[in-house]
Amino acid sequence: MNHLKLITEREFLNKVKNKTFIIMTFVSPLIMVGIFALVAYLTQLNNDKVRTISVLDESNLFANEFENTEHTKYHILTNVTLDDAKKIVQESNNYGLLYIPKGHTVDELSDKIIFFSEESPSLIVMDKIENRIEEKARNIKLKESGLDPEVINKLKVNISASLETFSGEKTSKIGGGLKLIFGGAAGYLLFMFIIIYGNMIMRSVIEEKTSRIIEVIISSVKPIQLLLGKIFGTSLAGISQFLVWVVIGGILLTVLSTFFGIDVAGSQMANGQIPANQLPNNEVALVVQEMWNLPIANLIIMFILFFIGGYLLYSSLYAAIGAAVDNETDTQQFMMPIVMPLVLAIYVGFFTVIENPHGTVSQVFSFIPFTSPVVMLMRIPFGVPLWQQILSVVILFGTFYLFVIFAAKIYRVGILMYGKKPTYKELYKWLKY
Amino acid sequence: MDDLLVVDEVVKRYGNYTALNNVSINVPQGTIFGLLGPNGAGKTTLIRIINQITMPDEGSVILGGEKLQQKHIKDIGYLPEERGLYKSMKVGEQALYLAQLKGLSKAKAKEQLKYWFDKFEIGDWWNKKIQELSKGMAQKIQFIVTVLHQPKLLIFDEPFSGFDPINANLIKDEILKLRDQGATVIFSTHRMESVEELCDHIALINKSNKILDGKLIDIKREFRTNTYEVGLITDRKAEVTQNLKEHFELTEANFKTINDELKFNVKVSSNESANQLISHLTSQGQLTHFVEIIPSVNDIFIQTVKNN
Repeated sequence: MNHLKLITEREFLNKVKNKTFIIMTFVSPLIMVGIFALVAYLTQLNNDKVRTISVLDESNLFANEFENTEHTKYHILTNVTLDDAKKIVQESNNYGLLYIPKGHTVDELSDKIIFFSEESPSLIVMDKIENRIEEKARNIKLKESGLDPEVINKLKVNISASLETFSGEKTSKIGGGLKLIFGGAAGYLLFMFIIIYGNMIMRSVIEEKTSRIIEVIISSVKPIQLLLGKIFGTSLAGISQFLVWVVIGGILLTVLSTFFGIDVAGSQMANGQIPANQLPNNEVALVVQEMWNLPIANLIIMFILFFIGGYLLYSSLYAAIGAAVDNETDTQQFMMPIVMPLVLAIYVGFFTVIENPHGTVSQVFSFIPFTSPVVMLMRIPFGVPLWQQILSVVILFGTFYLFVIFAAKIYRVGILMYGKKPTYKELYKWLKY
Repeated sequence: MDDLLVVDEVVKRYGNYTALNNVSINVPQGTIFGLLGPNGAGKTTLIRIINQITMPDEGSVILGGEKLQQKHIKDIGYLPEERGLYKSMKVGEQALYLAQLKGLSKAKAKEQLKYWFDKFEIGDWWNKKIQELSKGMAQKIQFIVTVLHQPKLLIFDEPFSGFDPINANLIKDEILKLRDQGATVIFSTHRMESVEELCDHIALINKSNKILDGKLIDIKREFRTNTYEVGLITDRKAEVTQNLKEHFELTEANFKTINDELKFNVKVSSNESANQLISHLTSQGQLTHFVEIIPSVNDIFIQTVKNN
């Protein structure tokens, strides 16, 4: 046990004192936040351009409908021919020319409207213009039929079903998205963590092999102690790095959004979420309440358990691979079987779990130990029965135990083998030595 | 004299390959024991079994009267042939770490390290990284780390490789000193001249089997051929040669002299003595050179392995 502590301590200090590690720890969040700020800035820059669109309305039905907005200005042309209008627009470098020909009825016009432009126009702009015309045309037709558009608008009914669980908790539809963000972030974080720090363990094992210190160490401690010490030490270094990232990243984001007025929350929402300001006030309150209603304690405990279990399971495999080969280039053939289940878990998580968190596929994958950490973490915010969570954790740790024994066997033989790259068949033989 | 280490009928198999086949050796307390054999004979496997890196499939290993077990790790110091250190770690930290793994307390390890660093006059290396040191310098650190915890049994696998003659001598003297202080040393090497110089006992392993072992001096006696190098000044070279050939087995000799003389290796049959040869020779001319050819470890090694 004392050995394990010594090894863990050395592995931890060795990682943490490494210059590259220190630089990465403090520079990465700066780079990440920098890129984030850059993207936000560029997006604003992109939208800042004001487009001028000329409108030639020979029907005289729609010209008044186009109101200038922040990014789009409409310039109404009158008493010019279409050819002249085109020339004017080209010379003045306008965004485009909307041409509405003469027509007696609205129906006649429907497929005769043309938008001229140098380059293909933005879909969003076209959508806006078409909507305007459609709305006006509809109103004209309503009037022609003797109906008052005002009256029609008044007759509209807006239905928004409130959600409530059987136990009486009010929920919101936004809450579903929230759960998705929580689960997705947890699953993705674990995925990244395994890949980054699993590789680190592998490299550390290879380093001991290539520097040939391994035989000295192994004459003092059992291989399993060295293996576990490596995994624990590297994990601690990894967790420390992650914490630093979260703290620095958080501080920087806060500072940036305060000083430069970049609306962090807003830009996140823009990626498919409904902007908060369009929600009725009580809905916002519900979302906040929803966040507190998430099984936070459950989520945190399970996050820690699955995180540790999943990470340990995979890192024992990474260590075994490191022991089996002489240098990093030889690891490729063994990486596939490790990365495949991880990627599968992410895909299952992001497609199946979102579709139906409690469907058969989601359930099955949340018990298979190689995918369960990611998939179960994504499912938990949607409410998973405790027995399922516990069963999955037990399976995970049981598998970890088996695989550590398996990895230790490969490790024990592999660390003293130099020369040719082993095949799977040889690895199998090592298990029986 | 008691045996510190007894390896009894040890068998080790890797799949279908038998790396050690019923190998037994006894290493007496306070001696230097040469473990010899061609490449791939099984020496490293045997050493790894003694270090508990691998377990024997059959047979037993006894250290100091007890079955080899976990607690004996601190009683053994092992300098493997394939050796290295953490490249990016500082010398002092690294030595402390390795010493603590061998069960020394941090304070005790520091004290011991100071002693050895002073002895080798390398105190200023403490804060250097291994990658800044030359190979020979790193080897010195490895030697220190091996002996630091004052183990009862020291195992050196090619300890002199990578050392210049001066440092090799330094290490050799330290090994002899350690033996005189009561440590038992197992010494594996291909450099036969160092075996001649250092070893009290040897064992020869070939193709997974032990084919020879015992006290070096006994083995040499066993391999003596009663052959003598002879130098003789005479005017009647042809006649004398003919005469000798009738009585003894002559082969061509190859030693350096300053006279123009007859040179032979003369083999004396078991029922004759060296004295008889000498009296015969002196009757034929002036005897300038008479030495018994003692088989070298090199000869014994090659002969035994070839005959095996």
